Amino acid sequence: MQKRRLALIFYLALLFLPIYWMINMSLRTNADIMANFSLIPTDITFENYLKILTDPSWYSGYINSIIYVGINTTISLLTALPAAYAFSRYSFIGDKHVFFWLLTNRMAPAAVFLLPFFQLYSTFGLIDTHIAVALSHCLFNVPLAVWILEGFMSGVPREIDETAFIDGYSFPRFFIRVFIPLIRAGIGVTAFFCFMFSWVELLLARTLTTTAAKPIAATMTRTVSATGLDWGLLAAAGVLTIVPGALVIYFVRNHLAKGFALGRV
Amino acid sequence: MNKWQDNRAWFLILPVFIIVAFSAVIPLMTVVNYSVQDIFGPGERFFVGVEWFREVLQDQRLHDALFRQLTFSMLVLLIEMPLGVGIALTMPKKGWASSATLVLIALPLLIPWNVIGTIWLIFARPDIGLFGAFINGLGYSFDYTATPMNAWGTVMLMEVWHWTPLVALLAYAGLRSIPEAYYQAAKIDGASSWSIFKYIQLPKMRGVLTIALLLRFMDSFLIYAEPFVLTGGGPGNSTTFLSIYLVKLAVGQFDLGPAAAFSLVYFLIVLLFCWLFYNALQAAGAEDN
Repeated sequence: MQKRRLALIFYLALLFLPIYWMINMSLRTNADIMANFSLIPTDITFENYLKILTDPSWYSGYINSIIYVGINTTISLLTALPAAYAFSRYSFIGDKHVFFWLLTNRMAPAAVFLLPFFQLYSTFGLIDTHIAVALSHCLFNVPLAVWILEGFMSGVPREIDETAFIDGYSFPRFFIRVFIPLIRAGIGVTAFFCFMFSWVELLLARTLTTTAAKPIAATMTRTVSATGLDWGLLAAAGVLTIVPGALVIYFVRNHLAKGFALGRV
Repeated sequence: MNKWQDNRAWFLILPVFIIVAFSAVIPLMTVVNYSVQDIFGPGERFFVGVEWFREVLQDQRLHDALFRQLTFSMLVLLIEMPLGVGIALTMPKKGWASSATLVLIALPLLIPWNVIGTIWLIFARPDIGLFGAFINGLGYSFDYTATPMNAWGTVMLMEVWHWTPLVALLAYAGLRSIPEAYYQAAKIDGASSWSIFKYIQLPKMRGVLTIALLLRFMDSFLIYAEPFVLTGGGPGNSTTFLSIYLVKLAVGQFDLGPAAAFSLVYFLIVLLFCWLFYNALQAAGAEDN
């Protein structure tokens, strides 16, 4: 048992080394980074962070990302909940085919859809809007959400639905009052996955936006090529990009543990 | 579980169906349309049949990229699956320690993919990066921007670092679904921890491991941002995986026709492999039961 604990701690330490190194870099000036190799930052400076938090071309990237990720997670959950219920409870014409077809969209290379997406959203005048990115991310998030939720819902015995209907619950009332609270943990895990995949996607988000809705990830790539190698600034931007993710995990940690305890993901 | 037979359930899946059709079927039709035409400009198009497909299938650079991609994905799966399962076995089962471990392990998954590339760009630099400097300190001359082998090693390590947590989380979910009674029965029978693993834990994890394997295969096969940020596909073409080559072709040279044909071939390869994996795993499951 003790050996296992040690192995886990060792792994977690290795997991954190690269992130630690980025935090280290972000607290130093560029000249210091290039001149001295040190394991612990000595002359700590916050100027990299200050620059990002005061320059609108930087911080608006974070706001844009958060907006479209939020929209995407909401759309994915709202549409996937009834669909997952249908797949888990009913058999109907074409159910297996549609289910598998949904999954194949998760396998489509995003690069394949770059140009058609650009054309499609241009036609509707949606280029450079948050909704365009949010919708395009539905391509892989909606199938994933259906997939995960279906697993959780199939874990709930069908007798619960039957009892509720006998008790005179209408379908919407049953769904919202009885069923959703039952699979709360599953919804938490699903939202977590949707957030994660939308937050980290770059290719589509970058192609569909120019300025007004540009995600932070794209801001970073352009900075790399434009100003050459401002390591400190780049590292600080990277650290700030991790923060929302870390917050989300922190808030869903109990749901996450419970969801995983249910054992169907 | 037997289900209610009711075709009205279609109404429940209609929103999902519409949204996915809008974001998948229409673009896919556009791609098919491009792949059989030569496009000079708006309104100037010629039907060329399977010309682009023939060109793409004979493209040596595509063959190289495909070979590189397959080697990469297989190696990554071979490392990540056992490692992830191993980590899941060491994770604490309850209490604050289990939430804390979950949170810590999930963190790399929530970092945007190009930031992962950026982290490793910094971390593996031989002059200012901890990892690069450490390897050089051991007496091995390491520079991922100069030697293909080093670039490959760095991309592999980055991928394993980034995605093993996903396998670990899923495997952990599978382990948590095993009732305590199974372990008690095994204890009474005097089973060794290896046979507990082989006869109880592994079969119970198969469902989630199938998902993990498929997800990991797809995502490693579609990898783009991380190697692109790290090396831009270089040095030479050594880390030009399929996505990078495709984007170069489509966005870089604006060769829409060949790029579209390439996209379709790419998509079909992913589908084929997923289907093979899925069936192989299903068959293995059927044998056990």
